[in-house]
Amino acid sequence: MSITTIADFVPTELARGRGGGGPAPTRTVVAYGFWIFLLSDFVLFSGLFAAYAVLSGNTAGGPTGSELFNLRNVFIETMCLLLSSYTAGLGALSAERRQPGSFLIFSAFTFVLGAAFLVIEAREFARMAAEGAGPSRSAFLSAFFTLVGTHGVHVTSGLVFLVYMVAQVVAKGLRPHVLRRLLCFSLFWHALDIIWVGVFTLVYLMGAR
Amino acid sequence: MADVRLFHDRTPGVEEYEPTANYWSYTAGLGLAILLTIASFVVSQTNLLWPPGIPMGLIVLAFAQIGVHLVFFLHLGSGPDHTNNIIALAFGLLIVFLVIAGSVWIIANLNWNMMEMPR
Repeated sequence: MSITTIADFVPTELARGRGGGGPAPTRTVVAYGFWIFLLSDFVLFSGLFAAYAVLSGNTAGGPTGSELFNLRNVFIETMCLLLSSYTAGLGALSAERRQPGSFLIFSAFTFVLGAAFLVIEAREFARMAAEGAGPSRSAFLSAFFTLVGTHGVHVTSGLVFLVYMVAQVVAKGLRPHVLRRLLCFSLFWHALDIIWVGVFTLVYLMGAR
Repeated sequence: MADVRLFHDRTPGVEEYEPTANYWSYTAGLGLAILLTIASFVVSQTNLLWPPGIPMGLIVLAFAQIGVHLVFFLHLGSGPDHTNNIIALAFGLLIVFLVIAGSVWIIANLNWNMMEMPR
C-alpha cells in the first residue's frame, strides 16, 4: 500500500503551499520576501518601543507627556495615515485591474495625506523644541523623538517610494514586475500604519493621561 | 466537489481570479479601523472603563486594530499561499513580545531593587 498524501486527493493547482502544485507564483514569493523585511522592521521598532516604555517616566524634572501632547492633532494625524492607507489600497487595486488613471488619482490622494501627516508631525516637533522640550531635555524626550522620528523617517521614505512607483507606472506601464513592486509599496505603507497604531496607543494615549 | 471547496479558504474579499481584494474589503477595513481608533481615543479620555484598567483596554483595542489592518489591508489570511507569512508573523510577534515585555520587566525589577538614592 502506498502512502497517500493530500496532493493525491486534490488537483495540484489547489494544493499550492501544502506541498503540491510546484513552486509558488513569483508574486507570492516576492510578497513573502518583503514581508520578512517588514517583520525585521517591526523588530527594529520593538527596540524603540521598549526604550520608550522603560524611559517614559524619566522626565528629569522636565515636561511630561500629558503637558506636551495635543491629542486633537494626534487624532488628525491618525486619520490622515488611515485614509492614506485606504487610498493606497484602492490604488493597488486599480493597478491590478489595469486602470492607470484611477491608480494615479488614488496615488495622489495617498501622497497628499501622507505629506499632511508629516507636516503636522514636523510642526509638533518644532513647537516642542521651541518650548525647550527637545530631544536632549530628558531621557523621556530622547526616547520619544527617536521612536516617533523613526516612524516619520519611514513615512518619508514611503513617500519617496510612492513617487518612484508612480514614475515607473508612467514610464513602463502596468507590467507584471511593476505590479509586484507596487505590491511591495502597498505592504510597506500598510505596515507603517500598523506601527502608528502602536505609537498613538503607547506614546500619546497612555502618555497623555 | 466537496474536496475542492476545502481549499477555497481565502482572505476576506479576495476574488476567484483576482490576486488582491476588492473595494468592499478595503472600505470595511477602513470603517472598522476608524471605529477602533475613535474607541481608543474615547477610552483614554473618559472614565468609561474602570480607570486602572484603561491601559489594558487600550492595548486590547490596539491589537484589535492591528488585526483589522493585517486582514483587510495586508490581506493576511488562512489560505495556502499565506501559510509561510503566518509562520513568519508568529516568529516576529514572539521577538517583539520578548524585546518589549522583557525590557519592561527587567527594568521594573531593577527599579524595585534600587537602593534609596542619597539626597
